[in-house]
Amino acid sequence: MFSVAAVGIGIGMTLAMIRALLGPTLYDRVLALNTFGTKTVLLIAVLGFLAGRPEFLDLALVYALINFIGTIAVLKYFEVGDLGKASETRGGRA
Amino acid sequence: MVVWDVLSWISIVGGLFFIVVGSIGVLRFPDVYTRLHAAGMTDTMGAGLVLIGLSFQSGLSFESGAWLITVRLLMIWAFLLFTSPIATHALARAALHGKVEPIRGDLEGGDS
Repeated sequence: MFSVAAVGIGIGMTLAMIRALLGPTLYDRVLALNTFGTKTVLLIAVLGFLAGRPEFLDLALVYALINFIGTIAVLKYFEVGDLGKASETRGGRA
Repeated sequence: MVVWDVLSWISIVGGLFFIVVGSIGVLRFPDVYTRLHAAGMTDTMGAGLVLIGLSFQSGLSFESGAWLITVRLLMIWAFLLFTSPIATHALARAALHGKVEPIRGDLEGGDS
């Protein structure tokens, strides 16, 4: 049962990775990597149950945090050009 | 506990359906903004159903400490529920500021 879940999530990860490799724009790649990371979290959780070691859930939790922070950091870098500055569009100009 | 196994099986298979369909959408949809929709499907329904199915497996027994595992699964679920819309919003905003034009009107010929 858990192996079926792992295989299904693996199929989804493969499709998302194909989109990340195809592009065509930067945002497609970031989006595909974000969904890839979400599926990785699920895969870690399922593999923990599959191996009978649910302690893997801690790793899944940490991976979810890192995935979110990484996505936001990459997006901010490519939107503003700097990780330290505030976005220029804040404050009514947008 | 056959009942919990059946419930867990149904939830996990439903979650897998949403995950695979969302991934096909990410692969097949024509531009970034439509792909965001498919990705959001994966993040909410797919992840939620798979994690709920796993928590049916772990159960809530206090003696074996299994309730801690269920709490961790629910924490992952709540975290994905909070961060997925934020990431989607940031991505759409960055794409819009990055001069990616949404496809309007006729979709013929828009397939990448």
